[in-house]
Amino acid sequence: MLRLLSTLLLLLATLPATAAEEGGRVPLPVIDSGTAEQCVEPVEFMRRNHMELILHQRDETVYRGIRTKQQSLRNCINCHAVDAAGQPVSLDDPQHFCVSCHRYAAVKIDCFQCHSGTPEEGVPGVVGARAWSRGLAMESAR
Amino acid sequence: MSEQPIDRYRRRLLGGAVAAGTLTLAPGVFLHRIAEAKTDAEPVTSIVRWGLLVDTGKCSDCTACVDACREEHGWHGHDRPRSDAQWIRKVELRDRSTGRRVSLPMMCQHCAEPPCVDVCPTGASFKRADGIVLVDKHICIGCRYCMMACPYKARSFVHEDLTDQKPHSPRGKGTVESCTLCVHRVDAGQQPACVEACAQDGGGALLFGDLNDPRSAIHQALATFPSTQVRADLGLDLGVRYRGL
Amino acid sequence: MRTRFLEVDTSKGYLLLLGLLGALLAAGLGAAWIMEHHGHHVTGMDNQIVWGLPHVFAVFLIVAASGALNVASIGSVFGKMPYKPLARLSGLLAIALLAGGLMILVLDLGRPDRLIVAMTTYNFKSIFAWNIFLYNGFFLIVAAYLWTLMDRTVSEHAGRVGLFAFVWRLILTTGTGSIFGFLIAREAYDAAIMAPLFIALSLVYGKAIFILVATGLFRGTGRELDTSLLSRLRVLLGTFIAAALLLTAAQHLTNLYAAEHLAAEMLILRDGGSITQAFWIGQILLGSLLPMWLLLNPAFRGNCGALLAACVLVILGGLATMYVTIIGGQSVPLELFPGMEISSSFFDGEVIHYAPSLPELGLGLGGGALALLVVLVGVRVLPFLPDALPSSAAADD
Repeated sequence: MLRLLSTLLLLLATLPATAAEEGGRVPLPVIDSGTAEQCVEPVEFMRRNHMELILHQRDETVYRGIRTKQQSLRNCINCHAVDAAGQPVSLDDPQHFCVSCHRYAAVKIDCFQCHSGTPEEGVPGVVGARAWSRGLAMESAR
Repeated sequence: MSEQPIDRYRRRLLGGAVAAGTLTLAPGVFLHRIAEAKTDAEPVTSIVRWGLLVDTGKCSDCTACVDACREEHGWHGHDRPRSDAQWIRKVELRDRSTGRRVSLPMMCQHCAEPPCVDVCPTGASFKRADGIVLVDKHICIGCRYCMMACPYKARSFVHEDLTDQKPHSPRGKGTVESCTLCVHRVDAGQQPACVEACAQDGGGALLFGDLNDPRSAIHQALATFPSTQVRADLGLDLGVRYRGL
Repeated sequence: MRTRFLEVDTSKGYLLLLGLLGALLAAGLGAAWIMEHHGHHVTGMDNQIVWGLPHVFAVFLIVAASGALNVASIGSVFGKMPYKPLARLSGLLAIALLAGGLMILVLDLGRPDRLIVAMTTYNFKSIFAWNIFLYNGFFLIVAAYLWTLMDRTVSEHAGRVGLFAFVWRLILTTGTGSIFGFLIAREAYDAAIMAPLFIALSLVYGKAIFILVATGLFRGTGRELDTSLLSRLRVLLGTFIAAALLLTAAQHLTNLYAAEHLAAEMLILRDGGSITQAFWIGQILLGSLLPMWLLLNPAFRGNCGALLAACVLVILGGLATMYVTIIGGQSVPLELFPGMEISSSFFDGEVIHYAPSLPELGLGLGGGALALLVVLVGVRVLPFLPDALPSSAAADD
């Protein structure tokens, strides 16, 4: 059901995308994921399926206490919610990684009613965060 | 805190790596480790049952546990005492016949048979395998039936929009919340914030550990001294026990 | 004589009433929007009184809904012919009242946007989850029942479906009562008597609302209505009030006898301020004794005004009863440490006083407006109402 809905919304979202490319009426989302380095899955897969991964991880964490970092929302935020200079971007900023695309696609999410949308303190920007999360991923794989 | 109980995970997972960074929170603040944590990828099991023993003899008028909890989870409130959340509160008791006074912290008692879990229509209130009672705020509809059912007034309803939540403690308008026994810390092999604060700034009245493990300090304390469960008549088999009531 | 059923006409009065109720419903929806937008801190509810005025209205309407079906049940389950022409209206009213009650309940949720979660994720140990199931089933079964009543090709099933609906409604009210009966820690509840008490109350409220709505619709649309038929309901209503009163007395006397419940009882019966007033004046005097006198006193037999006045009193008394049950029950302090005085920053040991807010009242009234709107629209678009109910129709049983 959710999948169907999101597919539908994605389809809808492609309509203004073409319009924007031609006329530039609708600003394109800021999808700057930093370097082309892959953290979880290829970009194409992530664009369509990130919510499935997050949803799965959500239940694993809440009910079973599984706290692997790689697919956790916190980890997504730590790396993605930063600007090109590696500085944290807040949810109020239209440049926020999640916000900009979700606004563009008109998909309303309620994650951030409860969850923090900015990187954790002490996670030093995008490059540092990458290294940090890689370290954690390796560590939990051990 | 010299006789740290050895968690069963440790025995099973000798050499299980834990990030060294979790050992120190800030310069000079040492986290008492009760155990090597389970690895992140490992699910919690019912081999463990987390519990808390409150020694009311060591509990004074201070609010170190409450302050630490508020700080840890960010339930700062909006100066509206009736609707502001309280995950843990200090309760003052006075015996009607003798006048004896007791002060103690009251919070979610992490029942083995939690009424909140029984009444929750969606299953958002649930008990983890290791005995920690939680709210899955993703499917909580905010009906507040659990608050009606809880004998301990342990739960609060979030009455307004929140911002700047702690990354490790998501909270949001329209859902019900309560003490999580600092599940995020416990999973990382640390003690709940209240326990740590009580040891540091309070009377050291709180003892956290695995009720099931005969070698744990809490198990041994419960085996040695008499202790009480609040409203034991309800038969809920509480994870939080009190000494000196 | 065969009863003819006809849709009502769109008269000026009809439209006026429609507009009035529509405005009330809009106000209710607006109130709900305010509550959701700002959060529940704009209401009188808080962490001490977690269910407030919306629940008073919602539970009243839901309880009344199952009772409203009773007129149809008397006709098809108990075979009383004179009531049969009113069965359709009875079913419609039952659905309408339930819809109104559920609207309030859903819009008062902390997360009404997650209604889909409530409908798809069930914890079957929860009586609340069972209630969701029972409510949805009630809609379906009563709709099917109405179908058998209104479509001649399936009318042979009316008896069986009617019986099923009757059993379902008894289970439904048992479930509603048990929402309170299953609360182990609350001294004012936690009693099996809540279920039968709610069944008795449902018969009272449902019947009173039905008499008022039926009379209003017949008179308002110029339909002939034999008052002797309604007079038959008067004795029944009076008897149900007596039954509910008996169960209420049993509930409170049992609690008074048990020392552990004494404090809770005293709060409701003697020391509770507005709760105590709502109990003695609202629930007992205006809601039970006075209507019983109006209904059962031979001097008022055939006096339609007395009957209608009794029905209005019953509804007001019903709301008072729900107030005492829901608010009163929560204002009783939880006994955490028997024998000890307790105090804390979280109002432990204190009697909680609840002051309802305007949005809560608006939402509650909005739910009632929705119920009446459903009836009004229903009788306009489908033939729910007999074109007349003269005494001849009533005489053939």
